[in-house]
Amino acid sequence: MTFLIAENMTGGYGAADILHDCTLAVEKGQIAVIVGPNGAGKSTAMKAVFGMLSLRGGRVLLEGEDITTLSPQARVAKGMACVTQTHNIFTSMSVEENLEMGAFLRRDDISATMEQVYNLFPILRDKRHQPAGELSGGQRQQVAVGRALMTQPKVLMLDEPTAGVSPIVMDELFDRIIEVARAGISILMVEQNARQALEIADMGYVLVQGANRFTDTGAALLADPEVRRSFLGG
Amino acid sequence: MDLVNALVVFANFVLIPATAYGAQLALGALGVTLIYGILRFSNFAHGDTMAFGTMVTILCTWGLQALGVSFGPLPTALLALPIGIAATAALVLGTDRIVYRFYRRQKAQPTILVIVSLGVMFVMNGIVRLIIGVNDQNFSDGERFVITAREFKAATGLAEGLAIKTTQAVTVVAAIVVVAALFWFLQRTRTGKSMRAFSDNEDLALLSGINPDRVVQITWILAAALAAIAGVLYGLDKSFKPFTYFQLLLPIFAAAIVGGLGSPLGAIAGGFIIAFSEVFVTYAWKKVLGYALPDAWAPETLVQLLSTDYKFAVSFTILIVVLLFMPTGLFRGKS
Repeated sequence: MTFLIAENMTGGYGAADILHDCTLAVEKGQIAVIVGPNGAGKSTAMKAVFGMLSLRGGRVLLEGEDITTLSPQARVAKGMACVTQTHNIFTSMSVEENLEMGAFLRRDDISATMEQVYNLFPILRDKRHQPAGELSGGQRQQVAVGRALMTQPKVLMLDEPTAGVSPIVMDELFDRIIEVARAGISILMVEQNARQALEIADMGYVLVQGANRFTDTGAALLADPEVRRSFLGG
Repeated sequence: MDLVNALVVFANFVLIPATAYGAQLALGALGVTLIYGILRFSNFAHGDTMAFGTMVTILCTWGLQALGVSFGPLPTALLALPIGIAATAALVLGTDRIVYRFYRRQKAQPTILVIVSLGVMFVMNGIVRLIIGVNDQNFSDGERFVITAREFKAATGLAEGLAIKTTQAVTVVAAIVVVAALFWFLQRTRTGKSMRAFSDNEDLALLSGINPDRVVQITWILAAALAAIAGVLYGLDKSFKPFTYFQLLLPIFAAAIVGGLGSPLGAIAGGFIIAFSEVFVTYAWKKVLGYALPDAWAPETLVQLLSTDYKFAVSFTILIVVLLFMPTGLFRGKS
């Protein structure tokens, strides 16, 4: 059974559909990457999986349970976490407070989870009393990912985690994401840096105009001459 | 030249009154800024919320006085204040339930909510005038002074006296306690942090599982408490008149905007800036300058920049200047 599957999603923000029969899935502890040209509906597909827009068709199953009609908040309680592309941290609050707010739904002791986040992103431990808005782009993304991990999710969704960060920081972030996946957390992410993202992906989805164009393992997509020519620049 | 007497006159007529007034404005502006930060609109009904809380407190004070209860040297109104706060909280929660919640669900624009609050203001205004009337009410009792001018003169041998009214001392102490408690709540408690998170980034707060209805309720309760306390302290220090409380809206908003809307620290700074500016500009400096300058330079006129009737012009001018040149205020609030 697939851990998280969003089948045949059709829908959009208003009258016009953006997604057409789009299917995404991720297995436990694996990394699935959504790539595609600008305006392909990658972020929209992600939002649809997380319940941030209403679907006209299709369904979303988490561990076999139909969660299509649940609100994003209810999905968080079910074990999903999402890092949006922008506005994904509380800029006026300290790093530690950001993590605390991430764990708002939890009533148990969060210090162990916080320790795990600090071990994953050691720089955050040094800056834990600093307002998150004062950090660099890469550090802010670490705060955002750390905040999402505080609920101890089963699925982590990332919308362009490396947008606007330098190549070195990007490599480092990808390493951390692999580490998170090894801990048994499924990862579904949208990426602009298609080549690097597919290198770490177990599954890759190439979307074009809101529909699946290619679906295969990351390695297979990287090897596919058509995918290379159309989407990876040769 | 007599600098000591100049300082005493300055403290007596400028420093102490302006500090007390500043503390009252700061508490009022804190309420406005909290509502703005979390509910995202300028609450024009805040002045009349203050009037309502003060009115309930006055009615309870009269009741307590009739029963023969007193608070020793302190004003009896302080004993009645908790009831005033509770009644104000009930009023604003009720208002939120039947008025604001509807517009929140519609995701109404902030400008619409401002006009809605204007309507709420007129209703509260009417309620207060209907119950207690439009006249001045003086409800301060207990010891009138901490130090009288005469005692001060006798103790120091100076020509000028320095008087500190009990209400002024109570105002400053109460403001410090309230502000400390509020900051502790916002910085240290889970609920307070969730309110800051909600104010910072509403969407992310919702995704984190923060319950918006609870945040809104607690915000109203805090705003009601701040309004009732500010109103009672102002009324004790001066007197209670519904129309004056309506007029307080201008200096309170000026204070909140000067400090930066949405910033609690800014509201406090703004309160004192507005209060001191008002008193500085409307005070007749003749006596202070007479002491501070050599005799030959002593002024013959009152050296009063503006008549006290124009004190609202001061808030208004500061407000315009800040909005033109520094729209986010001193502490970088929201514009």
